[in-house]
Amino acid sequence: MSAAQRPLTAMIDPVTGPPDCTAYERGGGWQATRKALGTLSPADVTDIVTRSKLRGRGGAGFGTGQKWSFVPKEPASERRKYLIANADEMEPGTFKDRWLMEGNPLQLVEGMILAAYAVQAGHGIIFLRGEYHLACQRLEHAIGQARQLGWLGPNILGSAFSFDIHVHSSAGRYICGEETALLTTLEGRRATPRSKPPFPQTGGLWGAPSVVNNVETLCNLPPIIANGAEWFAALGLGDDGGTKIYGASGRVARPGAWELPMGTPLRQIIEEHAGGMRPGYRLRALLPGGASTAFLDASALDVAMDYASVEKAGSRLGTGMAIVLDDQTCPIGMIRNLEHFFAQESCGWCTPCRDGLPWVERLLDAIEEGTGTQEDMDQLGRHARMLGAPGRTFCAHAPGAMAPLASGLKLFADDFADHIAQCRCPQRHAA
Amino acid sequence: MTSIRIDGRDCPTRTGINLLQACLEAGENLPYFCWHPELGAVGACRQCAIRQFSGPDDKAGRIVMACMTPVSDNALISIDDAEARDFRAGVIEWLMVNHPHDCPVCEEGGECHLQDMTVMSGHNLRRYRFTKRTHRNQDLGPFVKHEMNRCIACYRCVRFYRDYAGGDDLAAFASHDHVYFGRAEDGVLQNAFSGNLAEICPTGVFTDKPFSATYSRKWDMRGAPSVCVHCAVGCNTIVNAREETLRRVLNRYHADINRYVLCDRGRFGHGFVNAPTRIRTPLCLMAGQQVALPLTEALEHFTRMAAQGTVGGIASPRAALESCFSLRALVGEARFSTGQTQLEQDCVQLAHTLLAKHPGALPTLHDMESADAVLVLGEDVCATAPRLGLSLRQSVRQASFHDADAARVPRWMDGAVRTLGAQSPSGLFVITPAPTDLDTVAAQSVRAVPDDIARLGFAIAHLIDPAAPAVADLTEADAALAQRVATALMAAQAPLVVSGMQYGAPALMQAAASIAAALARRVPRPGLSLIVPECNSMGLAMLGGVSLEAMLEMARAGELTTLVIVENDITRRLPPSDVAELVALVPNIVVIDHTATPLCRQADLVLPATTFSECSGTLVNLEGRAQRFFQVVFPAAPIQESWRWVQALARSMESGAEHNATSPADLPHTAWHLTDWQDLDDVLADLALAFPALAGAASAAPGADYRMNGQKLRSQTYRASGRTVIRSHISVHDRPPPASPDTPFSSSMEGAYGPDMPAPLVPGYQVPSWNSVQALNRFQQEIGGRLRGGAAGVRLFPPSDDGEARAYPYSTDIPPPFTPAADHTVLVLPQPCLFGSEELSMLSPPVAARAAPPMLRAAPRMAAFDRAILHLDDRPHSLPVSPLAGLPEGVVLCPTHRVMRAFRFPVRARLEGPHGTGEPS
Amino acid sequence: MSTAEETLPAALEAEIRALAAAEPYPRGASIAALKAVQRHFGWISTPHLRAVAELLGMSMDDLDGIATYFNLLFRKPVGRHVILLCDSVSCWIMGRDPLCAHLGRVLAIRQGETTADNAITLLPTVCIGHCDHAPAMLVDDTLHGDVDIPALDRLIPGLKEQP
Ligand SMILES: Cc1cc2nc3c(=O)[nH]c(=O)nc-3n(C[C@H](O)[C@H](O)[C@H](O)COP(=O)(O)O)c2cc1C
Ligand code: SF4
Ligand code: FES
Repeated sequence: MSAAQRPLTAMIDPVTGPPDCTAYERGGGWQATRKALGTLSPADVTDIVTRSKLRGRGGAGFGTGQKWSFVPKEPASERRKYLIANADEMEPGTFKDRWLMEGNPLQLVEGMILAAYAVQAGHGIIFLRGEYHLACQRLEHAIGQARQLGWLGPNILGSAFSFDIHVHSSAGRYICGEETALLTTLEGRRATPRSKPPFPQTGGLWGAPSVVNNVETLCNLPPIIANGAEWFAALGLGDDGGTKIYGASGRVARPGAWELPMGTPLRQIIEEHAGGMRPGYRLRALLPGGASTAFLDASALDVAMDYASVEKAGSRLGTGMAIVLDDQTCPIGMIRNLEHFFAQESCGWCTPCRDGLPWVERLLDAIEEGTGTQEDMDQLGRHARMLGAPGRTFCAHAPGAMAPLASGLKLFADDFADHIAQCRCPQRHAA
Repeated sequence: MTSIRIDGRDCPTRTGINLLQACLEAGENLPYFCWHPELGAVGACRQCAIRQFSGPDDKAGRIVMACMTPVSDNALISIDDAEARDFRAGVIEWLMVNHPHDCPVCEEGGECHLQDMTVMSGHNLRRYRFTKRTHRNQDLGPFVKHEMNRCIACYRCVRFYRDYAGGDDLAAFASHDHVYFGRAEDGVLQNAFSGNLAEICPTGVFTDKPFSATYSRKWDMRGAPSVCVHCAVGCNTIVNAREETLRRVLNRYHADINRYVLCDRGRFGHGFVNAPTRIRTPLCLMAGQQVALPLTEALEHFTRMAAQGTVGGIASPRAALESCFSLRALVGEARFSTGQTQLEQDCVQLAHTLLAKHPGALPTLHDMESADAVLVLGEDVCATAPRLGLSLRQSVRQASFHDADAARVPRWMDGAVRTLGAQSPSGLFVITPAPTDLDTVAAQSVRAVPDDIARLGFAIAHLIDPAAPAVADLTEADAALAQRVATALMAAQAPLVVSGMQYGAPALMQAAASIAAALARRVPRPGLSLIVPECNSMGLAMLGGVSLEAMLEMARAGELTTLVIVENDITRRLPPSDVAELVALVPNIVVIDHTATPLCRQADLVLPATTFSECSGTLVNLEGRAQRFFQVVFPAAPIQESWRWVQALARSMESGAEHNATSPADLPHTAWHLTDWQDLDDVLADLALAFPALAGAASAAPGADYRMNGQKLRSQTYRASGRTVIRSHISVHDRPPPASPDTPFSSSMEGAYGPDMPAPLVPGYQVPSWNSVQALNRFQQEIGGRLRGGAAGVRLFPPSDDGEARAYPYSTDIPPPFTPAADHTVLVLPQPCLFGSEELSMLSPPVAARAAPPMLRAAPRMAAFDRAILHLDDRPHSLPVSPLAGLPEGVVLCPTHRVMRAFRFPVRARLEGPHGTGEPS
Repeated sequence: MSTAEETLPAALEAEIRALAAAEPYPRGASIAALKAVQRHFGWISTPHLRAVAELLGMSMDDLDGIATYFNLLFRKPVGRHVILLCDSVSCWIMGRDPLCAHLGRVLAIRQGETTADNAITLLPTVCIGHCDHAPAMLVDDTLHGDVDIPALDRLIPGLKEQP
């Protein structure tokens, strides 16, 4: 695919490393900033983004332009507002934001400038997960250079707009990626999600209006502003515009991530880009968009990877990063691993999540270790039901945790039954 | 008003509350944990799940958390919905995953919210079959016990302790199902309201530690409504007793005063009642020794004393109105002292006068919570009126509430309001000599000496109303500060000025009143609150009497042969030389008190009185509210009420008079039928006649003849179990309940009880399905609002809302600026402490354990030595010194009553370094 | 621990002050400040926690509530090197359990423990975003992908010698 069709990753070159400001400009960078600050009003920028139909790439898929529209309109000079890049990327199986940040940090910086201009935020924060050391170095370097050249700081390009970015290196915990918990963390508190309202756009960080956008979402902005909403919308194969970073991990031949048109069929991602399964393994099922999406089995491979289609197939696009379960890995073991993750990463605020998930984990432990009972299956089903629906728990963490469990209970019913009947894990003992 | 439909039943309710509140107010049993009426909703426990339908055609509806959902007009909800019920039972089951099965040994048992909710949810089978996680407990000091395994992580404790009470040494630690609530390290909880954790915690994690030592189940104790005696705020309490010992003090809801919270001094100060310092028999001084003597002999002894000449009386601001009044009746107006020094009496009188003529509002504590600008002028309210300080702390949230209103976020949506209010400004200004607990939430806190604070206050009044006198020679900084405060107060809808008599400085109270009066020309009801020191200081101010100094003069003039001192240790008030002189001059000193004070040791006759738990009586708090406390313990004779002792003395005087052939009719008390009084209501009836201003005291609570459904009220829960067991080695028969002539209580399980009972008579909270303190919800007309049983107590000050502000003669008595003395003396300012300054609570072992050792505080330059010698009236005191930034030079702070017993108002004294005249012994 | 080790070096204290000053409220610097301490000492001891709390105007209980919440803040001493071995789903599929068992044998510790010579602490971690090279791990700040037993055997002796 040509570079023009890969606006997010066109400038990423693992050999030469991330482009500096000049190389970035040569590759088409800063055009959008010049255009926005020179010729567009903040409302124009929001309008273009709304028309581009860009949807948030952080997992929930909320319309980005629409999200911005709730922010009070005062100019940045009059009111403290924040634009925050969600670079917490802790969804198991997901490594797209790291790729973007390590590969071309300036594109994120520019995306943040554009978003901040649109909502008139003077303060930018990159909420970066603590383990991303290389990304941290490269972002700091890129920000420093951009600041030196006047892309960040007071009166950018001589305009009235001032904006700067600071990197917050986090200290772990998946829940920090949840946007309100992220804000709580930035305020130096325990990362518990907050109730909405107030939505971050009106009462976010330190009570000030704040926008939280995923890294990939933000990286889409420079090409959108530079090339226009229509160009972007046309990049997608279906209803959703633009490209998307898709990926695959597990026992595929070439695990990795690729920028592809939004709506690329799952089969193409797995079979072409990931090269199909490793020799000797068959695909059993997969989580299409990270750990908190429901399992799809091989029969769903023809689904187009856009928001609506994946949902119709019974799962969620999520982060678009698939995790593949092969035929020689125990599905119960995999679910147990996932639920261990979710139980451990619960913030401990609400009862069902805090005390329900560890119970689920223990039930799965028991089944996997051969001490499971039929009653345990009822308990798993009960938890999947009670924690799975939204509104039961304080935030979306527990429903996310139940997605692989609920789908797995159906899809792998026989495996569960075998574990209980044989009082052992058949797969582990076969190996 | 609006209406919602709960499971097909139309229930009138109100907007502005959440559905959980609406359901509870509608009498529904909907379980909850994390929501608390005073702390708002945060949606953590997920226990209050219900189903809500979007309209009549919506058959599916959705599960919502009732506490997080505002009432909307005609909302359709179902509590009974099978899935909602199932989910609620599920939540209990999750909470039980790690909860131990230790109810039988848990001190929360029988009044445990978790027990109630478990039963209510219907959950009864625990299917979790794996190992429970366990925690280590911490030693949190003398007040609160910690048992973390029982924790259900509702987050109430930290929300109360940190967000509400401003504590910072209790926190949530770790995450997921390892969350832990405690301190970073073992240690004493520092916040003044830590004891409330026992009531806030819905299970047995935090419990009352002193109570634990003499623990009894809720249902095996008698309860009585009471009033705290440890400061002038007058918080309402419930006292629990068993086997004629006082076991614990709980909060009793009063919508206008303490609401859901007591301070630790109030909750744990009751230990003096059971302390070894109690006097249990009459004592008389014989050859320098105090020996016990029988009642009749004691009274005969008094007859002889009275026959020797005139009898004077010294009352006490810590004694009930009835005791003070009876004494006044005994000795007559001329020889009746309030038991206060002249300065103290002048201050209390001034407070009374200023409040009574204040043209604006005299806010209740609850009103204070919604003051939008507050000036604290020279009073450490957190030490002198702790619960009031907590109300002032809440006032700083006003701006965030307004922000929430603007964002259309309900005020009870606690997390959201706190998020929105992160940058909302505080409207609280604190100007005091010493740091106070309110400093951290103040917009500004300033250190100055009382005279300079008064000057600032007058300057503020002048800025608000130019008709108020101007202050000459104000420093530039002070002028700017005055302007800032004046601007804030003038911009407020409900401004409030708080001062008091901690520094014995009338100018401070005058200045505060001037500001409030000046404000009255701009806003309808500016608030004024003046803090007086003791639980009945205000009542005594209304009763009147001469000062202690005047009594001393009388003694010097040889006009007193006998002094009857009621519940007053005057060694805390008069310098030792004065006490010694008084004792030497007056041949017969009679002390009626419950506790062996230093004064008792010098008394010729000591008569054992009841404590607040052993009698009934009336106290008038700092806002002029008369409140009744009721007897819960029936002490062994000859302990009796002070007023009954006084009555007994009157009778002996009568018999003595007959003997001496003088007419009993000439005795002062005969004017008031003192010897005819049968019960407390008789005393109050005469009090009302004698002091019309105090007439309201009689109706502070229903009289002893009150009956509900024709019955007395029971003071025990209906299922007392251990009543025969305890005495089974003696007899298995029930003992007849003790007679309780002064109360409408039956002191047993028999009698009427219910949520509609008169508010001043609620002996405890319990309704079917609700055995914990949460049963209170059912006793309120609206949750967080008034009690169903009406008001408790009667405010005695005439209401001043006659529309227009009364013309106010501003005080012109503006002190000159403070200048350090040239004669090497320093101004010693009293520093009252939450624990340590108040007389009775210091006799309670857990409170005494919390009192810090006395220490001086001085400006950093003066604190060059870490010890210094302070020459007070009695003797030199060698004390540690610690620096206090912001304190002017020439001033030291010294804890009241702890260095020299009588020290509590500013004095000038010599201070020298440790190498001065040598260490005093 | 000697008193010298209980106080923060002046440079670190200055760094924390600067972090706090850059925030609208000092507590916003909590995590950055604790991480600075950890970078310097390897972990956050109670005296250091108390010192940071003082600099940020927080109670130590408040700050410890945060320190104990986040898994990358260590409130217990760790070895000179910390191995964070991913235990999330892709790495698990690709065989992280046998690697963990191998490390356990070689180092004679379990996850969560530190070797007797204080050289290495082995901790499990959630997905570190290197799933295309699973199994993955972080050794101190360095990312390692496609880890296998021979790779571990090459790595460990060097780590043990390194200061
Ligand atoms: C438990 C949980 C974890 C999340 N983690 C992340 C994350 O690591 N990165 C991210 O961008 N969004 C994450 N999200 C989604 C964010 O809450 C938020 O929707 C997103 O950052 C918004 O950005 P977008 O509109 O650009 O997608 C998470 C959500 C939940 C419920
Ligand atoms: S504030 Fe005063 S009246 Fe209230 S509990 Fe405390 S000491 Fe008692
Ligand atoms: S699952 Fe291990 S790095 Fe992603």
